[in-house]
Amino acid sequence: MAYNHKDVAANRPSRLTSGHRMCAGCGAPAVARMVLKAVKPEDHAVIACATGCMEVSTFIYPYTAWTDSFVHTAFENAGATLSGVEAAYKSMKRQGKLPEDNHTKFIAFGGDGGTYDIGLQSLSGAMERGHDMVYVCYDNGAYMNTGIQRSSATPRFADTTTSPAGSVIPGKMQSRKDLAKVMVGHHLPYVAQTLALGNFKDLYEKAEKAIYTEGACFLNVMAPCPRGWGYNTEDLMEINKLAVETCYWPLYEVVDGVYHITYKPTNKQPIENFLKPQKRFKHMFKPGNEWMIEEFQKEVDARWQELLDLEAMTNKAE
Amino acid sequence: MGIRERLSGNEAAAIAMKQINPDVVAAFPITPSTEIPQYFSTFVSNGQVDTEFVAVESEHSAMSACIGAEAAGARAMTATSANGLSLMWEMIYIASSLRLPIVLSLVNRAVSGPLNIHNDHSDAMGVRDAGWIMLFSESNQEAYDNLLMAHRIAEHKDVLLPLMVCQDGFITSHSIENIELLEDDKVKAFVGEYHPEHYLLNEKEPIAIGPLDLQAYLFEHKAQQGNAMKAAKKVIAEVSKEFEALTGRKYEFFESYKMEDAERVIVCMNSTAGTTKAVVDELREKGEKVGLIKVRMFRPFPAEEIAEALKGAKAVAVLDKSDSLNGAGGALFEDVVSAMYTNNIHVPTVNYVYGIGGRDTTTKEINSVYSDLNSVVGNDKVENPYRYLGLRG
Repeated sequence: MAYNHKDVAANRPSRLTSGHRMCAGCGAPAVARMVLKAVKPEDHAVIACATGCMEVSTFIYPYTAWTDSFVHTAFENAGATLSGVEAAYKSMKRQGKLPEDNHTKFIAFGGDGGTYDIGLQSLSGAMERGHDMVYVCYDNGAYMNTGIQRSSATPRFADTTTSPAGSVIPGKMQSRKDLAKVMVGHHLPYVAQTLALGNFKDLYEKAEKAIYTEGACFLNVMAPCPRGWGYNTEDLMEINKLAVETCYWPLYEVVDGVYHITYKPTNKQPIENFLKPQKRFKHMFKPGNEWMIEEFQKEVDARWQELLDLEAMTNKAE
Repeated sequence: MGIRERLSGNEAAAIAMKQINPDVVAAFPITPSTEIPQYFSTFVSNGQVDTEFVAVESEHSAMSACIGAEAAGARAMTATSANGLSLMWEMIYIASSLRLPIVLSLVNRAVSGPLNIHNDHSDAMGVRDAGWIMLFSESNQEAYDNLLMAHRIAEHKDVLLPLMVCQDGFITSHSIENIELLEDDKVKAFVGEYHPEHYLLNEKEPIAIGPLDLQAYLFEHKAQQGNAMKAAKKVIAEVSKEFEALTGRKYEFFESYKMEDAERVIVCMNSTAGTTKAVVDELREKGEKVGLIKVRMFRPFPAEEIAEALKGAKAVAVLDKSDSLNGAGGALFEDVVSAMYTNNIHVPTVNYVYGIGGRDTTTKEINSVYSDLNSVVGNDKVENPYRYLGLRG
């Protein structure tokens, strides 16, 4: 069924209720809300969360913002925790210990800290074992919950509290890990990269596919952080748009190993347009630091080209 | 009237798990408990159990998956040893705080480092304050029996705590001994079905588990865990009585071996109790008044009962198969001494750290402890109460 924004965004109740304590202008709750809207209203969901901003802001005893069942145990193990829940479902369903008409979907949320870094092993295990679940990484590009420390998702040159832009070392010196491709290397039925863009169509449709594709699926969703990135809270959607239009965060999906780029900008914008509104890149615009912007652009271009090549290559093979 | 078999401790644990038929088992291999998931996955492959076996990529994930499964409404079990338990450590605390009655078969082994694969109790002692019920087993039979009682205890509504059954790595896990098994149907009837009150997969009542729990509530929640641990004593006693009626095998908080008029007493756990019994028998034949307290229920600790049992002794030696490296004494020693002190019982007591890293402990050494105790009798203040047994000079 074609995506109907009014039906999904306005008419369908949110499974993550308001009143949670995420910051104004944070990208993550919009992601969680929209992903969960892709769960059929008649289906139950068990949501697992890695320790992080989302968990500590949505489930502070004795209040919860989640209308589905929710489990949080620790930082590095949302994949493993949800594996256990899903295994229980399979086992109990097989033994007739759950009603025939119990249809439960399993969705994990983790930030880039809990996913790219400390939780990578647990995620890899859960994906390799093929549990029928979706793991959603809301990638805000640093450990925001503990106060903006660099992660392997932090882009090169970004100023964070453990990669500060100093007089000798100008921010993070390493490039960011390409997690979606790491997941593609697991030969999953569905891997996608997305974010909250425009009317949320891309995010919603990918979430729906991931949730209703049998097996382990992975979504990497960029979710800007106003505190860590240093943009004005009202500019969230603009930052998302610039990430896509500059090809910093390409939108694509990989279905059974075949790449489809779901949005190709007609006029690819220069990376400055994405970097400029963010305080974490401020030092890159000082006179004498032009090389940093050039390097950044080169990396974006190379990764975009690689993606175009992968799309061409995997579709030719079909 | 039971099935007579010859099994290793690991086989006994695996058979117990087969008969319990849990909904989920998540485990990762580690010596010397590896055989348990090996045997168990064979039961799964051959359709002898209904279990979903999750071959996780680490012990941290094993306990995480058990937590997820148990929270989902399933019965979940696992097995591990030493560094496997160390890697689980974070999740061990979380399992008990979420009040999930997971059952773990712990085959005790020395925790690194340096690396060693043999038996001592340093793994178990590392989680002694984690809010798990801990039952120790002298033999294969006891490891099997304790596992059959485990769910009845852990899942009791007054308890709802995870439980680990300990046995000695290699010494019992890999030694084949005679064992009496219960018939499958009797185990099924005894263990019963698991019907949790609240669980994730109940779509009629969604729940949230594992909150951020701050200053306003965490203290109360921890006190509830503490109270559940206290309540577990009564439940363990009741379930053990019921088990005795079914099998004729008697289990108490601890076994008092030839304690009636005992003056010199050893307190220890697991397989060393077997060695000690041989020495007690030998010395009793010579007319010496010696006895043994073998602690089965280490958590909750039966402080009052142990103090009472030691009341008539003239000297006590507590054997710790793990060194607390605190300059004062091992964990069991400190618990026993504190139990006596708070119950106003004053018996001169010494501590022997022994058997570290699988060092053999012989009847000769146990004999030397009873003999050392002769010089402890009558002491007001014991000189050098924190000692080593079997350490090369």
